[in-house]
Amino acid sequence: MKHARIAWAGAVHEAVESDGELLLTRSPWAGKRLKFDEVVWLPPLAPVPQARTILALGLNYADHAKELAFKAPEEPLVFVKGEASLIGHKALTLRPQGVTYMHYECELAVVIGRTAKHVKKENAYDYVGGYTVANDYAIRDYLENWYRPNFRVKNRDTCTPIGPWLVDAKDIHDAYGSPMNLSLQTTVNGKVTQSGHTRDMIFDVPTLIEYFSAFMTLQPGDLILTGTPDGVVNCEVGDVIVTRIEGVGDLINTLGE
Amino acid sequence: MKNNLKPYWPIGTVYGALLNFKREWDLRAPQMPEAPYKGAPKAPVLFIKTANTFTASGNKIVIPSNVLEVDVGANLAWVFGANASVMACVLVNDVSIPHESYYRPPVKFKCVDGFLGVGAQAKSVADVQTDAVVLTVKVNGQTVQSVNYADTVRASQKLLADISDFMTFQEGDVLLLGSDCLPDGKRPRAKVGDLVEISAPGFESLVNQFVGAAA
Repeated sequence: MKHARIAWAGAVHEAVESDGELLLTRSPWAGKRLKFDEVVWLPPLAPVPQARTILALGLNYADHAKELAFKAPEEPLVFVKGEASLIGHKALTLRPQGVTYMHYECELAVVIGRTAKHVKKENAYDYVGGYTVANDYAIRDYLENWYRPNFRVKNRDTCTPIGPWLVDAKDIHDAYGSPMNLSLQTTVNGKVTQSGHTRDMIFDVPTLIEYFSAFMTLQPGDLILTGTPDGVVNCEVGDVIVTRIEGVGDLINTLGE
Repeated sequence: MKNNLKPYWPIGTVYGALLNFKREWDLRAPQMPEAPYKGAPKAPVLFIKTANTFTASGNKIVIPSNVLEVDVGANLAWVFGANASVMACVLVNDVSIPHESYYRPPVKFKCVDGFLGVGAQAKSVADVQTDAVVLTVKVNGQTVQSVNYADTVRASQKLLADISDFMTFQEGDVLLLGSDCLPDGKRPRAKVGDLVEISAPGFESLVNQFVGAAA
């Protein structure tokens, strides 16, 4: 099932995808059907009782690592993001004035489904609740070599669109065998600029869950953004960026100023 | 928040500032132009302490079995209210596995389960002169460090302004204002069995005992 969180009629609602429409699932609107363009899309994540841990990978696709002139990392290159950087599908992301290189990053996002501590690779998928699409924007003008990638590049307001759907892990595993078998694509104003495949990750999803859960306990709702493949390009104000992952969704974002 | 009987507990994202004391900045300044840094930091250097690190004052902090000693990072922290206003101050211990390099994000050094001691008491910011606070760090009753917030690179309001240039603090978020190093560039260390106390005038002390991992 594909789950969404939306704002409509003055309130926030849980919904699922049903025959190309949104079907609201909770009282008093349970059963109500809405068109996709009738609602405001929020990140498809239920609220959590304390700060959500958002881990994001850098250089996790061999081709992207090469593109950025680094050798492939020997262990995951990971940084942490604050929840406040997340925004939903069809939202506006702010491009600062005067910057020269702001690029999208189409990433498979893993949503943890149950408390994960000392998890072994073999069992890692048991701890995944679902998958969604993240666009982990970066502004290279602000890159500095201190705890790189630094927060001014990666933890900006509005700069992490996520959604539209949280797709149940079982659906992806049943349809594709695993999340390591999905194509990724980004278009800018309809033109394909980034193409890749999750099988090319350097550290796959089970490896990442084993690596992180060895020293940090992950909670339901925590996120792992698994990195982006080759093909990032600068985007300008007004550009419409669609980050697509096979079976997971098409996440639409527009740059504003 | 005055006389608040409920212990403070972070609900938002906990951010921390690296290199915010002049002593550490000056000690590292000669390396700053060199690789891999290739220049002094311009924007504040930040990190996040994830929720799995939070440990209440009085509770034990586990040192992983493959680690001999950990850094004690005594911090005064700000707690944000609505509209990114600073509401309260709290003492925290930003525990880290010692690491020399500040090139890559320190997740495996700083986001280990239990690695943030959190003071039980959040004091109203109106009752605290942030940039004049002096913290005392004791290990097993012996004073090992005094941290004076008059010695920062960015005073608290300047730090907040420079961070707010690119991100907005949400209600419940926390900002660690920085931890100082000792004259040798290192931080006080704790090993299994040590009792670490961070105190400041007017604050209830933050106390955590460090223990080994269960076999």
